[in-house]
Amino acid sequence: MRFSFVSLVVLLAAGAAWAQAVAPAAPPVPERTPLQAHLTGPIPPLVKVEIVGNTIPQPLTQQPGDPARGRRVIADASNSTCLICHEVPALAELPDQGKIAPPLEGLGSRYTAAELRLRLVNAKLITPDTMMPAYYRTEGLTRVQPQFAGRTIYSAQDIEDAIAFLLTIK
Amino acid sequence: MRARAAFLLACAAVLAATAAHAQGWPIARYSVEGRNSGYFYLGQQTRLLQDDDFQNPGMFAVDAGAAAWRRVDGTQGRSCASCHQNAAETMKGVATRYPAYDAKSGGILNLELVINRERVEKMGAAPLVYESPELLAMTSYISHQSRGLPKAVDITGPAAPFFEQGKDFWSTRRGQIDISCAMCHDDRPGMLLRGDTISQGQTNGHPMYRLIWHTISSTHRMFEWCNTSMRAEPYPLGSPVYLALELYVAWRGRGLPVETPSVRK
Ligand code: HEC
Ligand code: HEC
Repeated sequence: MRFSFVSLVVLLAAGAAWAQAVAPAAPPVPERTPLQAHLTGPIPPLVKVEIVGNTIPQPLTQQPGDPARGRRVIADASNSTCLICHEVPALAELPDQGKIAPPLEGLGSRYTAAELRLRLVNAKLITPDTMMPAYYRTEGLTRVQPQFAGRTIYSAQDIEDAIAFLLTIK
Repeated sequence: MRARAAFLLACAAVLAATAAHAQGWPIARYSVEGRNSGYFYLGQQTRLLQDDDFQNPGMFAVDAGAAAWRRVDGTQGRSCASCHQNAAETMKGVATRYPAYDAKSGGILNLELVINRERVEKMGAAPLVYESPELLAMTSYISHQSRGLPKAVDITGPAAPFFEQGKDFWSTRRGQIDISCAMCHDDRPGMLLRGDTISQGQTNGHPMYRLIWHTISSTHRMFEWCNTSMRAEPYPLGSPVYLALELYVAWRGRGLPVETPSVRK
C-alpha cells in the first residue's frame, strides 16, 4: 500500500528531472546585514545565563549595552525583530510596524535591565505559551532550518544593546 | 470625432468594468460560521482584481489549463478530454473534495498528485513537476470548475489519521522563531504582522495568484513560505506531511466557496 504511494513520489521526482527547466527554485536565503554577523560563519559560543526569579541579573557580555546600536538592532527589519509584532512608538519613523502584541511603551519606567534580559533571552520562562520568540536560545526547538541551527536570533551583544535602547523608552 | 470615439470607448470600458465587478459575490459569501476566506482580509483593490475575470492575473493559468485539457500527450494518444470530455460538467465539484484519502496508494492525494497519476497511468505521459506552470495551469483549470461550490473534504475513516497528523502539524511550534500556524491563523487573524494583515490561512481560493510572487501559486508553496518565515525547514512540495496538513487546512475551511483563481497579497 505504502509502496505505491512512495513510487508516486519517485515518479514525481523523475518528473522533476525531466522538466528541470521549470523546476521551482528553493526559497531564497535573505542576505545578512552587518548587524547579523552572528547568523553566518562560525557559530558563536553560547553564553551561559543564570536566572534568578523573573530576572537575569548578569549581563551576557563584558561590553556595556550601547543604546544607539540597540536601536539599529531593533530597527533591522530583515532579522526577526520586535517590530514584526510590536509597535514601537519611539521608532515611529519606521514603516509597517506589527500590531499583534502590546506596544513597547514606557519600558524604561516599568522594567529593570535584569527583567528585560529574561524577557528577551526567553520570554517563555515568564509566559510559557507566549508567541514571543526567545532571542537567546538554541535548545528545545523543532526543525530549525539548517542555516539557523545552533544560532540565536540575537547575539549576546545584541541583547545587551537592545536592552540599553529599550530602557531609554520612558 | 476623435474625442467622441474616445469618450464612447471610455464609457464602454467603465460599463464593462462595472459589469465584471458586479459578478463579485456579496462579502457574506466569503464567511461561513466564522470561517473566513482570505478574501475577507484583502484590501478593496485586491478584491476588485480578483472579482474581474478580465483583470484577474490568475485567469491566464485557467486559460492555459483549458488548452492543456484538450492537448494529446503521452504514449496512449489521449488528452484529459478524451476520457473526461467537457470539464465544465465532469470536473464540477471535484476540487471541493480534495485532498482525499486514496485506497490504492494508502495515502492522501491532492489534485496535483491525481493529475500526475492520470498522466502516468492513463496517458502514458510524464508527471508534471510540482509548481511548474503546466501543473498549476491544470490545477487552476480544474478548481475553477468548482468556483462557488463549498469545500467539503472527507476526514472520516481511513482519512482520520492523516487529518490528525495535519492538525498536530498546525499547532506545533517550529523553527528558530518557535511559533505555530495556529498562533497566527487561529489566534490573530485581522491583526497586523509587520505590514501584512493575517488571515485565517484558508485554502479555498487556491491555486492563488500571489501578488508578491507575481505568479499563480499552490497551497504547498504557501506552506513552504510560512514554514521558512518561522525559520523552520520546510517539507518538499507534494510530500505526505504537507498532504496531511492540506487535508486539515481544507477541513478548517469547510463550507467556504472555491474561489480559484483567487488573488492574494
Ligand atoms: C512573534 C511576536 C513577537 C515578537 C517578534 C516579539 N514579541 Fe514581545 N511580546 C509578544 C507578545 C504576544 C507579548 C504579550 C505578552 C506575552 O505573551 O508574554 C509580548 C510582550 C512583550 C513585553 C511585555 C509587554 C509589556 O508591555 O509589559 C516586552 C517588554 C516585549 N514583548 C519586548 C519585545 C522585544 C524587545 C522584542 C524584540 C527583541 C519582542 N518583544 C519581539 C510577541 C512578540
Ligand atoms: C508569523 C505569522 C504566520 C505563521 C506562524 C504562519 N503564517 Fe500562514 N500566513 C501569514 C501571512 C502574513 C500570510 C499572508 C496573508 C494572509 O493571507 O494571511 C499567510 C498566508 C497563509 C495562507 C494563504 C491564505 C490565503 O488566503 O490564500 C495559508 C494557507 C497559510 N498561511 C498557512 C499557514 C500554515 C500551514 C502555517 C504553519 C506552517 C502558517 N500559515 C504559519 C503568516 C503566518
